Amino acid sequence: MGRQLLLDKVNVAGINTYDVYRKEGGYRSVEKALKKMTPEEVLEEVKTSGLRGRGGAGFPTGMKWSFIAKPEGVPRFLLCNADESEPGTFKDRYLMEKIPHLLVEGMVTSSYALGANQGYIYIRGEYMYVLRILEKAIAEAYQNGWLGKNILGSGYDFDLAVTCGAGAYICGEETALIESLEGERGNPRIKPPFPAVKGLWQNPTVVNNVETIAAVVPIINDGGAEYAKIGIGRSTGTKLISASGNINKPGVFEIEMNITVEEFIYSDQYCGGIKNGKKLKACVPGGSSVPILPHYLVCKTAAGQDRLMSYESLADGGFATGSMLGSGGFVVYDEDQCIVRNTWNFTRFYHHESCGQCSPCREGTGWMEKVLHRLEYGHGKMEDIDLLWDIQRKIEGNTICPLGDAAAWPVAAAIRHFREEFEWHVNEPVRCLEKNYGLVAEKVFEPVTA
Amino acid sequence: MEAVKQTTEFTPEMLAEVDRIIKLFPEGKQKSALLRVLHIAQAHYGWLDVPVMDYIARLLHIQPIEVYEVATFYSMYDTVPVGKVKLEVCRTGPCAIEGAEKIISYIENKLGIKDGETTADGIFTLKSVECLGACGYAPMLQCGEKYHEHLTEEKVDALIEAYRKNPKANYMGM
Ligand SMILES: Cc1cc2nc3c(=O)[nH]c(=O)nc-3n(C[C@H](O)[C@H](O)[C@H](O)COP(=O)(O)O)c2cc1C
Ligand code: SF4
Ligand code: FES
Repeated sequence: MGRQLLLDKVNVAGINTYDVYRKEGGYRSVEKALKKMTPEEVLEEVKTSGLRGRGGAGFPTGMKWSFIAKPEGVPRFLLCNADESEPGTFKDRYLMEKIPHLLVEGMVTSSYALGANQGYIYIRGEYMYVLRILEKAIAEAYQNGWLGKNILGSGYDFDLAVTCGAGAYICGEETALIESLEGERGNPRIKPPFPAVKGLWQNPTVVNNVETIAAVVPIINDGGAEYAKIGIGRSTGTKLISASGNINKPGVFEIEMNITVEEFIYSDQYCGGIKNGKKLKACVPGGSSVPILPHYLVCKTAAGQDRLMSYESLADGGFATGSMLGSGGFVVYDEDQCIVRNTWNFTRFYHHESCGQCSPCREGTGWMEKVLHRLEYGHGKMEDIDLLWDIQRKIEGNTICPLGDAAAWPVAAAIRHFREEFEWHVNEPVRCLEKNYGLVAEKVFEPVTA
Repeated sequence: MEAVKQTTEFTPEMLAEVDRIIKLFPEGKQKSALLRVLHIAQAHYGWLDVPVMDYIARLLHIQPIEVYEVATFYSMYDTVPVGKVKLEVCRTGPCAIEGAEKIISYIENKLGIKDGETTADGIFTLKSVECLGACGYAPMLQCGEKYHEHLTEEKVDALIEAYRKNPKANYMGM
């Protein structure tokens, strides 16, 4: 196992409580930042670290923070995005459940850098039991003087609270999250203005993922330069990967981003190889929104180089032969899995989750779902494959928020790499269903109701 | 099933919790408490009917329509009656390849209902839902606030048995 910066103490008994967390060196980053550093110095360390947002887009965190508007007398906010709804992703839940104080600590240190006096953690409604864990941790932090007025006598005030959603993937999109936090439907806002200028209640706001905020703690403790030494290229530090699918050891792993995909999948330290001695068929390396990779592009790039678990290497080859690190939701498919079915399943997800504001997304996701359903259930036509290609191309780039793109990319990639499987579905649908799922034949001609 | 509701009022404990949540937001921004307040109401009453939503509007000094539009947008809120025990089985990709569909059919057959329906005795509702952030522990279902992971048919049997005996066992909150 490589360096562990976030999960190193995860197995210490009682690390979810304040006393143990503190005894193990917790809240040192707050002491260091508030007593010895200016907010600008904290920001500089984060810039030096090269930390990139762990929510999916990988935008450099220090740069994002430097964009926040600072008009005199206007409050600023730091929001933690704990909506975690991207299929394949479950790392934030793990981190918050096991080490809630790491997130609380990161919120204080990060907010100090931004000059924000109020922060909110927005957690998905299904994680209600984790919300309670966080509220307990926050209460402990208040009792021990890490939150509230004049923290450590520094003159800096910071209040932190948790609020929640209620089942809507779209609320992970930062402007939808802000709307939801204001007690509205989760409809994304048109940008600009960006949250850094007009966010929560029209005030300057930064939204960061749970893991991003947690990573600020080791960055301030050990210095940005130390953090930047880990990993490779512009993929500095460690990354939490949620591994699922047909592997021997699914779970959350903290990796250094210079390990190879092959090592990640096959080493016993990580996924432990494909389950039941099967062969690898495909992999979605960064959550359901990123392009699926066929087996021959998972461990090697198109140029034949080892693919690494880094932002750059997973994206090598662009969408033609690469994918994205995304949220680190790493889903592995064995030889028995059906790509058409998986694409239909994901498309149903996006259709279900579209907020409905823009017609290409609202109508396009539903249309793709219908077409994929008929292909999967044995009454598709050859032209449907081109139709799907056409629909996804018309969604991409034509919507208010990136959910449209997120719905389009998986369809495009599935057709790009597995066109033959789609064709096979048109020609021999029953055989695919029998092979993959053992579903009874009468189900094949189920009417399309989607 | 019958939709019985004696009252729309909150208990003193619930009102104290609402008060605490409102105070997490600045003066005048009490609407931000809406999603959490709806969760409190639903945990207590099982579902959200119009009188309860109107009551919440009065509590938060907002218009009833503002409550309805939120309650109907988010998939966790039920604006029609559901069973005492809601079994929400994840159906999304990573769970699907680990057998979520078989688990859903198994529950359908066992309870004699289809996805989205409630048993005649009003105890169980089955609902397939999208990814719940437990993909590595698939297949899984959520009941109340609890996650039940690595499901097998035997585990489902035991769960259903336990919930039938004590339908409220799933709520850890209010
Ligand atoms: C449809 C959609 C869903 C998203 N869901 C999440 C999410 O669940 N968690 C998250 O951190 N970011 C999510 N994002 C990304 C956020 O919009 C935002 O970029 C991120 O929270 C920024 O944090 P970071 O800079 O720390 O990565 C989502 C984006 C889109 C378009
Ligand atoms: S792209 Fe889809 S989810 Fe995003 S704003 Fe438009 S309709 Fe809503
Ligand atoms: S796909 Fe089922 S929990 Fe994520």
